[in-house]
Amino acid sequence: MSDEHTPESPAKPAPEHTEDNGREIETAIRVRGLCNRFGSNIVHRALDLDVRRGEILAVVGGSGSGKSVLMRSILGLLRPDDGDIQVFGQRLEDTEEAQKLMSRRAGVLFQDGALFSSLTVLENVEVPLKSHRPDLPAQLRRDLARSKIQLSGLSASTSSRMPSELSGGMRKRVALARALALEPELLFLDEPTAGLDPIGAADFDRLLFTLQRALGLTVFLITHDLDTLYAICDRVAVIAERKILAVAALDEIEKLDHEWIRDYFHGPRARAARNAETATDTRTDQPNP
Amino acid sequence: MTATKPTNSNAELVRAPDRDGALLARGDWTLANVEALSDQVDALAGREMRLDASGISRLDASGALLLERLLCRTGQNPAESGLAGQWRTLFEAVDAACDDEHEPKPPAEPQWRQILARIGRATVEVGQSTRELLNFMGITIHRFARTVAQPWRLRLTSTVYHMEQTGLDAAPLLMLLSGLIGAVVAFLGATVLRDFGAELFVIDLVTFAFLREFGVLLTAILLAGRTASAFCAQIGMMKSREEIDAIRVLGLDEIEVLVLPRLIALLITLPLLAFIATIAGLVGGLVVSVLSLDINLTLYLDRVQQTVTLKHYLVGMLKAPIFAVVIALIGCLEGLRVAGTAQSVGEHTTTAVVRSLTMVIVIDALAAVYFMEIGW
Repeated sequence: MSDEHTPESPAKPAPEHTEDNGREIETAIRVRGLCNRFGSNIVHRALDLDVRRGEILAVVGGSGSGKSVLMRSILGLLRPDDGDIQVFGQRLEDTEEAQKLMSRRAGVLFQDGALFSSLTVLENVEVPLKSHRPDLPAQLRRDLARSKIQLSGLSASTSSRMPSELSGGMRKRVALARALALEPELLFLDEPTAGLDPIGAADFDRLLFTLQRALGLTVFLITHDLDTLYAICDRVAVIAERKILAVAALDEIEKLDHEWIRDYFHGPRARAARNAETATDTRTDQPNP
Repeated sequence: MTATKPTNSNAELVRAPDRDGALLARGDWTLANVEALSDQVDALAGREMRLDASGISRLDASGALLLERLLCRTGQNPAESGLAGQWRTLFEAVDAACDDEHEPKPPAEPQWRQILARIGRATVEVGQSTRELLNFMGITIHRFARTVAQPWRLRLTSTVYHMEQTGLDAAPLLMLLSGLIGAVVAFLGATVLRDFGAELFVIDLVTFAFLREFGVLLTAILLAGRTASAFCAQIGMMKSREEIDAIRVLGLDEIEVLVLPRLIALLITLPLLAFIATIAGLVGGLVVSVLSLDINLTLYLDRVQQTVTLKHYLVGMLKAPIFAVVIALIGCLEGLRVAGTAQSVGEHTTTAVVRSLTMVIVIDALAAVYFMEIGW
């Protein structure tokens, strides 16, 4: 087996390997001075956040602390009142531009999947391919969509079913397949394990982890699920008091002396999740207390 | 040595020039190039060859799918393909997940059988839904009777609310529509009757039409569109949010809580609206008569008084409660048949409107024949 390139394609430049070098320090999303307010209600004030390429960043915070608003700002679904958001070094100044860029490079999994209820599972996954790659032949498009469905851990026979016939966990998987259809580098998830039973949630966590490693995804994950935090997240960003309080690995966050963080990470449920994580490496059937 | 056609991207699958039959995969095997690569992979169907994937600079899941398909064809062990280590995990994930088998397509039924099956299904559905409607009517009558015996069970607030929604709010629109139709009927009559010099009979025509048919029919048609859909959507949304189940679990009866107030509201308001519509139609005819047929107000009213008998009025009004029951029951029943999704709410709302409209017109036609036969 030889590694040198054949002399047959002299015009072709050498494949770019450089993009992936030094991925530890590369920033995928950079948020600076983000301000959002609805009327007199200030959601974010001068919020800063970096999401590194190739990591799973979990965003935690109380209800109404602005986690979803942050995600919607980054996705360009919401025009921030002030601040600067860069995705892969590109500034998202006007919202239309942002959406165009985002729909190509980011996959989004909304809270209840947001599957189109009038389309079958396969057609749902085909939607982004149809709109962004209308030139693809139908058979190839179907094959690609089916491979995404299988990658998401569903059998190929699921393809022809309607979303209303699926369980909550399966709907999330289909939504994940749809989010991955355009081979995004970024994946946004809004509480992916909410509403799943503990076993289903653990399965979904494991699937997400495997896919993230295999596809080299950068994952922005909003969650309330402590099990998810302990199982798969590289770093955790705590959002409170209208800004990001801290971004760090979980064990560092736990040590911080802040009232909300203490309550969150040292409550009875957090302790159970931590114990579950240390007791078994690959968490299987640990039900919540 | 022929290489497969190079594409404008830097991804390709070529035959190596220096060795026998080895395939070189190189460039970006990503979604951006997937179409060209897929063609090149398919062109190589069935040939036994060795693949060298070491030239692949980028790989995503779409490219991995093609690579997996290619390795399936060549029958090669993935580990020997020389795929760069950083893409190994991805390829293995795709390889493990995708069996790449085309789903067996169900054998296509011949056209005539599909058509027959559709007709059959529709027929069965009509029978089923009729039975369901009769069933529902029976339950509702039972609850209605119980409420009559125990009047404190009636939800008065809810009933009044629905009377306002279905009656009061619909009145202005209904008056406008009936007035316009009254004018149209008068014009139509005038056009025909002028030739006979019998323009005076325009008044008879308008009076007959609105007392016997149009007053109540226009009301019923408007309410079938406006109220049946509203009932269906309201109850359908409650059904899809499990509110109906909550009602049952709380020991309440959804017929009594949801259906009866709507039914009673419509039973009261539809006859009232029909009366308003009749008057509005007569006024519409009056305006046309006075303005363009040279019939003065006194003459018009005098003629109306001569023409109108209680009989004609009853022919119209007797149908009003029947229409009210049909519209309320179909609207509520379709709402209760909603199954979960937003699409289902839409479908059933359409069905509610279509079926109540159909029923209204069919019943009206049957009634017209009946009253004619008994000589009213």
